[in-house]
Amino acid sequence: MAQSPSSSELSDAVRDDRSLRRFLHSLPGVDQVGLEQRAAGLATRSIKKDAKRWAIDTAISMVDLTTLEGADTEGKVRALCAKARRPDPERPDTPRVAAVCVYSDLAATAVQELDGTGVHVASVATSFPSGRAARAVKLADVEYAVAAGADEIDMVIDRGAFLAGRYGQVFDEIRAVKAVCGDAHLKVILETGELATYDNVRRASWLGLLAGGDFIKTSTGKVSPAATLPVTHLMLQAVRDWRDATGELRGVKPAGGIRNTKDAIRYLVAVHEVAGPEWLTPELFRFGASSLLNDLLMQRRTQLDGHYSGPDHVAVD
Amino acid sequence: MTESPWEYAPAPESRDIANLKPSYRMFVGGEFTDGGGEPLKSIDPATGEVLAEVASADESDVDTAVRAARSAFDSTWSTMPGTERAKYLFRIARLIQERGRELAVLETLDNGKPIRESRDADIPTAAAHFFHHAGWADKLGHAGYGPDPRPLGVAGQVIPWNFPLLMLAWKIAPALACGNTVVLKPAETTPLSALVFAEICQQAGLPPGVVNILPGAGDIGAALVAHPGVDKVAFTGSTEVGKQIQRTVAGTGKKLTLELGGKAANIVFDDAPLDQAVEGIVNGIFFNQGHVCCAGSRLLVQESVAEELLERLRARIRTLRVGDPLDKNTDVGAINSAEQLARITELADSGDAEGAQRWTSPCPLPERGFFFAPTVFSGVQQSMRIAREEIFGPVLSVLTFRTPAEAIAKANNTPYGLSAGIWSEKGSRILWAAQQLRAGVVWANTFNRFDPTAPFGGYQESGFGREGGRAGLEAYLDV
Repeated sequence: MAQSPSSSELSDAVRDDRSLRRFLHSLPGVDQVGLEQRAAGLATRSIKKDAKRWAIDTAISMVDLTTLEGADTEGKVRALCAKARRPDPERPDTPRVAAVCVYSDLAATAVQELDGTGVHVASVATSFPSGRAARAVKLADVEYAVAAGADEIDMVIDRGAFLAGRYGQVFDEIRAVKAVCGDAHLKVILETGELATYDNVRRASWLGLLAGGDFIKTSTGKVSPAATLPVTHLMLQAVRDWRDATGELRGVKPAGGIRNTKDAIRYLVAVHEVAGPEWLTPELFRFGASSLLNDLLMQRRTQLDGHYSGPDHVAVD
Repeated sequence: MTESPWEYAPAPESRDIANLKPSYRMFVGGEFTDGGGEPLKSIDPATGEVLAEVASADESDVDTAVRAARSAFDSTWSTMPGTERAKYLFRIARLIQERGRELAVLETLDNGKPIRESRDADIPTAAAHFFHHAGWADKLGHAGYGPDPRPLGVAGQVIPWNFPLLMLAWKIAPALACGNTVVLKPAETTPLSALVFAEICQQAGLPPGVVNILPGAGDIGAALVAHPGVDKVAFTGSTEVGKQIQRTVAGTGKKLTLELGGKAANIVFDDAPLDQAVEGIVNGIFFNQGHVCCAGSRLLVQESVAEELLERLRARIRTLRVGDPLDKNTDVGAINSAEQLARITELADSGDAEGAQRWTSPCPLPERGFFFAPTVFSGVQQSMRIAREEIFGPVLSVLTFRTPAEAIAKANNTPYGLSAGIWSEKGSRILWAAQQLRAGVVWANTFNRFDPTAPFGGYQESGFGREGGRAGLEAYLDV
């Protein structure tokens, strides 16, 4: 079978480990040369003037402002939350970011700081970034983050199990995490830099969607390569095909390495032309980034003021 | 489809970069001269406006140009050491790069192709051909045609309007590298970049007469081909004209290469990487508005995936942006001339009349200029005109097959044989199909990829002889 599946095929696919394997291995192959050529071609779109201003504001509203350092403190998270609430205090019309993304032990601080602002709190969980812990430990991590008030959970998949072909195990684990998430949105991190092939990225994307992930996310940001345009193209194709098969809209989040406005706009062009215009919303597309926001703010000012003001005019948090 | 909240603002390249002049003159014996013919008017196909007036040659100019080329051949070019010829070719290649933006804008104005393609494909590939052949100029003894192969003499070359500068590079670079001199006639509708190329020859200090450019219509091409002073004829264009040239040249001892029409089959097997196959199909037929002799104009899809593939293909084609060729975001530009647009329209209408199902992209088209929306015919049968005749426009004919053998039989059932494409994840199937297909170029899991190192040419009514690579040198050497 080389077709995008029907919904009855999807329910068959998750019946047991063997049918899941059969399904994932029947997905259309990915040709590396063609995929990378398409990604490079779309990256040459020229976005200017009104289209650029719209893109900058949209990109700001899609940022998951992230700090995931071992050295993170409550003070650091508070500073980040202040930035998330008001990205550019001198220009109050600047959109807010979508979420602040922190480790689970700092989720409570972020929740407190962002209460009533509409900015979501995302917490990484499941023994981020390696994902190497007993399932009970991973689930406890998620429960802790949800209890602290995080309304978005970024989980990592067990890449060891995936590469060993134990798809059922990965599937069950995502299901189990989704169950303890409650109302919190689940983002499934595939860590595409460790999956080795584009075929694997496509299979992992479908696995994440089949198991109920609300978003599929490229990377933890701790592994190189992190997000790339070709990988994001593939994941956008997966959510588009998922929509065609089920009618449901799921999201995509590239994370890691997207540092400037030019790159962000290239991703937005891919969203627009690969998945489709309905994905151009923070509900369905996010950027996982820490330094991207400042470049977006500087470029926003450049567009509005007609001149470049420099990095000292935006906060460094 | 959901209405897009994001409209890309127009991002037009400036026309001024082209340094467009009100009139252009022909180039003979190292000088720009007035021609004896009635001047041509070169038109911007995106607007219908006249871009410039171009001097055109008459028969006496053909004679003068051939004599200039002969004299340059005898006195300097054929006796010059290969290392010296190489320096000129490298210089030309670098000048094409340096003036790349100017040439890209000029080419887009004159031809109607999107600036994205002239900037990213035509001009860089033209420069690459000069670089590649510059490397051969002093190594001809190692090309496999004997220790000291000799040039043929004066080459008369006639090129088409679909890739004006690139086709010039394909013709002139190997001719000069091998020690021949050249009289080239660019297409009537697209002479401008060839005349700027003449400036580049002057800038490079090329000895007078080595390259001569004669704008004109078909009669000048015919006079050039028939001129007794010409030792070698190279033509790229329609099969009909190619046949006339072959008749003219027969028995004269002139060497001849022809690169003519095509109706390439792009075969998609059921195990193909579908998303990339869709990209390849789009690139195969909508690149340069389908004005490509090796365009993948017949899509052969295995029945088991046909519906799925067509759905994906239509969704993709809807995203193609048709419009102002100078806009950097335009994917499909203008049809080169009113005449060509009429021909495409007529052939597409024959598809309706013969019972194929037409689907046209809902994209908006500009009000002025010559445009044709990307079109896909499904339910096409082998016997229909749209499956047999070259349309040379953004029109794709889709046929289906059940078995690999049927795919090959249908793909080869054409008087042409220039190119073909295979889409499959199975290596053994690709190799098997490539061996069965009668086509000069067979692409696997890609389409329309060009490189100066890869020979290009056809079978049957697509012509003979090869251009590019080591094989391409043979056409310009006495072997």
